[in-house]
Amino acid sequence: MARHCTVKIFVLLSLFNLSFLVSTNNIEDKAGQFFNSGHTNNWAVLVCTSRFWFNYRHVANTLSVYRSVKRLGIPDSRIVLMLADDMACNHRNPKPATVFSHKNMELNVYGDDVEVDYRGYEVTVENFLRVLTGRLPASTPRSKRLLSDDRSNILIYLTGHGGNGFLKFQDSEEISNVELADAFEQMWQKRRYNELLFIIDTCQGASMYERFYSPNLMALASSQVGEDSLSHQPDLAIGVHLMDRYTFYLLEFLEDIHPSSTTNMNQLFKVCPKSQCVSTPGHRTDLFLRDPGRVLITDFFGSVRKVEITMETINLSSPMEPLPERILSEDRQRETQYYVDQLPVSVIIHQVNTHTHTHTHTHTHTHTHTHTHTHTHTHTCTHTPLPPMFWNMFIL
Amino acid sequence: MGLLSDPNRRRALIGMLTRLNAPICMICYMAGVAWFMGLAFEPFTLRTYMSENAMGSTMVEERFPAGERALATGREFAAHKKKTGGMPVDWLVRTMQARGLEVYTQRFSRKLPFPDEDKERYMVKGTNVYGILRAPRAPRTEALVLSAPCSPGNENNQAVGILLGLAQYFRSQIYWAKDIIFLVNEHDLIGMQAWLEGYHHTNTTGMDWSPLQGRGGSIQAALSLELSSDVVTSLDLVLEGLNGQLPNLDLANLFYAFCQKIGVLCTTQGKLPRNDWDTTSGYSHAVQTMMLMVLKQASSRPWGDHGLFLRYHIEAASIKGVNSFRPYKTDATTVGRLLEGMYRKLNNLLERLHQSYFFYLMPSLTRFVSIGYYMPAFGLLALILLLRALDLWVQLSSPPTRTTEDGVEVVPASPGVLSILTPLVISHLTGVALYTLPVLSQELAVEHFPVSETEAVVLTAIAIYTGGTRSHDTHRLLAGEGTEQGWKVLKLVAVLYLAVLLGCTALINFSLGFILALTLVPLAAFITPHVPKTLSAVVMVILSPGLTLLFAVFFFQELQETPVTLQEGWMLYLSVISQGILDHALYGSLLYPLAALLVYPCWLLFWNILFWK
Repeated sequence: MARHCTVKIFVLLSLFNLSFLVSTNNIEDKAGQFFNSGHTNNWAVLVCTSRFWFNYRHVANTLSVYRSVKRLGIPDSRIVLMLADDMACNHRNPKPATVFSHKNMELNVYGDDVEVDYRGYEVTVENFLRVLTGRLPASTPRSKRLLSDDRSNILIYLTGHGGNGFLKFQDSEEISNVELADAFEQMWQKRRYNELLFIIDTCQGASMYERFYSPNLMALASSQVGEDSLSHQPDLAIGVHLMDRYTFYLLEFLEDIHPSSTTNMNQLFKVCPKSQCVSTPGHRTDLFLRDPGRVLITDFFGSVRKVEITMETINLSSPMEPLPERILSEDRQRETQYYVDQLPVSVIIHQVNTHTHTHTHTHTHTHTHTHTHTHTHTHTCTHTPLPPMFWNMFIL
Repeated sequence: MGLLSDPNRRRALIGMLTRLNAPICMICYMAGVAWFMGLAFEPFTLRTYMSENAMGSTMVEERFPAGERALATGREFAAHKKKTGGMPVDWLVRTMQARGLEVYTQRFSRKLPFPDEDKERYMVKGTNVYGILRAPRAPRTEALVLSAPCSPGNENNQAVGILLGLAQYFRSQIYWAKDIIFLVNEHDLIGMQAWLEGYHHTNTTGMDWSPLQGRGGSIQAALSLELSSDVVTSLDLVLEGLNGQLPNLDLANLFYAFCQKIGVLCTTQGKLPRNDWDTTSGYSHAVQTMMLMVLKQASSRPWGDHGLFLRYHIEAASIKGVNSFRPYKTDATTVGRLLEGMYRKLNNLLERLHQSYFFYLMPSLTRFVSIGYYMPAFGLLALILLLRALDLWVQLSSPPTRTTEDGVEVVPASPGVLSILTPLVISHLTGVALYTLPVLSQELAVEHFPVSETEAVVLTAIAIYTGGTRSHDTHRLLAGEGTEQGWKVLKLVAVLYLAVLLGCTALINFSLGFILALTLVPLAAFITPHVPKTLSAVVMVILSPGLTLLFAVFFFQELQETPVTLQEGWMLYLSVISQGILDHALYGSLLYPLAALLVYPCWLLFWNILFWK
């Protein structure tokens, strides 16, 4: 009789242990997922390159993206907003101090808490490139700087009037796609980003990302070369078009994203098909090292704080399992960028390093991810299990 | 080698030029006329389109509600106008102030050089009243003008009513970025001239006016409204201004865009639009519309109150309401909405209208021909003059030798300067006489003849014009008998002079240049002393500028579908001459001085050539 009981108890205990083991494995998996994307902070650079009343819709575009990005968690201190800012207080605005993004004035995207970092005539090509590359005079306040590091995911959104290979800045100058590509390369060499998402909503927008050659860039554009991006809806009371189509549908898509959603980039690429946008949106992912299907929208649009509360101790003594090696398919191979490889810097940067993330840039594009960090602030890579209390403060 | 540097080829070319001169001239003339007629053919024209990006499309919501109240105000205005027997200044000031405008008045007075029999005025005294609607948030740097004339009798009351109604509606909106000036001018163009001179601090015509107390910014655009009925069947757009100047085509495009949006029938030159361009009647309709525009532009007078704004580089147009026998009527609210829409779009402007064309012809409101397309028609006519000049030059540089009875070859002597200069000076003096004497000597004429001052002026002008033809043998005055070389040199000078004159005129006022070229160029090309004298004299008189004007008057009346008899035509012709002289004195129109001081002497030179001995 007692033996029968002990067997039952044993079975129960083993089941309990099994479930415990399973759950601890789960926790370890989840802890493993913390290191998936590799970024620790998010930045956004939102630029509207037009001024004047009839370009109302570009300002509304930028402000709507600004609102979404703030809603998903990126604070003002991490957003560099460049606008001409002459819409809300324009003499022609029948509703002063507002900028609407939807007709019938449903949504005022200007509001009370907009922080425009570069306004009026400060939105120039030079300032934009200096913000990206970080070469600003010492007197520039922090709010006007892009203080990103090599663990930052940056979202860059540009809107305005563009053409094949250029974007017009405020009626007097232009930025070309070559300049933009070089700026991103400078950012890469100065280790100013981990991954970068570039969205552009202008006519012939796809020409702007044709020349990119730095790694970890993903780009989206609202129209192909030779096509015009169209505006969405006019508001008759205000007398101007309120938004562009691509950004309108992009925003509709973003409205469904909340900080913990797991939507990935492949869904973003489907936003605004030709039937809705009239132009053909395009995207470019060949320079991006991760699979876009595994990249979350919130990796760029939100500032997600990953907190996992657990009561158990997790053993980090065994190193995390590396992801299986992925050899990319043949059609992903690209020629080396000769200019980059001529610099001795590239040799230093692109060599394989066992302690840190490896971003090899060889012909075969093999890369491994190891998840051992050697230079984070929050924990050290020791082999002793930490007491449970520390885990509550573990924030990535 | 080079076509012109190889002497053999050059001689061949010159030979061809001299042999074929007359046929080439004929072909050029016919080609020029055919090109001009072809301008109205629809496939050769372009559709109008909005060029200014800031004005965008017509997407504003017009919400003007108070058409009936505006008409009631118009009736009140009419009553007060009848009571005061002129401009009801006090009532207007009170009403505008009640609508929240800053109201100012301007007094002006002008003594015309001679009485104007068309409008029955001689000593003109009047007052302009204008109210400024200040932009709620903008600095006072730019302004728009809406004006309606205060006309005697029952005219244009509704226009003033709608102006005041719009003023009240506009005052309650906050989206104005420019000041809007609502102007009611007395004595139509004279009042408008006084106001504009006062606004811009210029005094070009010798008018007496009190300085303006209140001012808006620099005026970007202006519209003048003429409406004499409660309902309209169509709205007519008048573009031609002083000296043939036209506003930017974008203003006409804006008007048409709003007409289409609101659904009002819109016309230009009073002609209804037609779709059948491939039929003969459709084509002739387009030609008629274009010819009306050409004749109006050539007359160099402002055809609406807007015409005086253009010289200050302010784009302006007049909108006339027409009430004819059509079933579909438009009420005052709709007209108000159209104006509201236009002003909202003009409000969006950041710069003056400059993106579209300034020189164009319109066969209809939706089609236009730009300067690049119509100039070749004139160019072909000017080419005839150049060919003639070349021919004369060739003849002069290789004169045919003559053998006298002695058998000695004599090269004819080159003509003295005096024999060329004398006709030039005398014809220009006659021109000066034509310009100055009619007005100066009207008192003398009135004393001696039983005519009124106006008739005196006009008849003096005609007398001097015909009397000048007596100066045909002036070349013999000082230099003795004229030579064969002599008339050729004179003709060369005259042909080049005419070419330069017509060219400059066509650049500024294409219609005037083209019409003058049509009659003067064949004259200049074929007049020599050797053509039959009497026949050529008759032809010359028929093609002279004076008779061209007479034919133009008859033609104009035909085109407007109000043909006149000979008697009425003649009276109309006399009044046209007097109006021309008055326009020059009052507003600075250049047709009269051009015709008297430059074109008439040129014609006299050819008259001299005809009677050269």
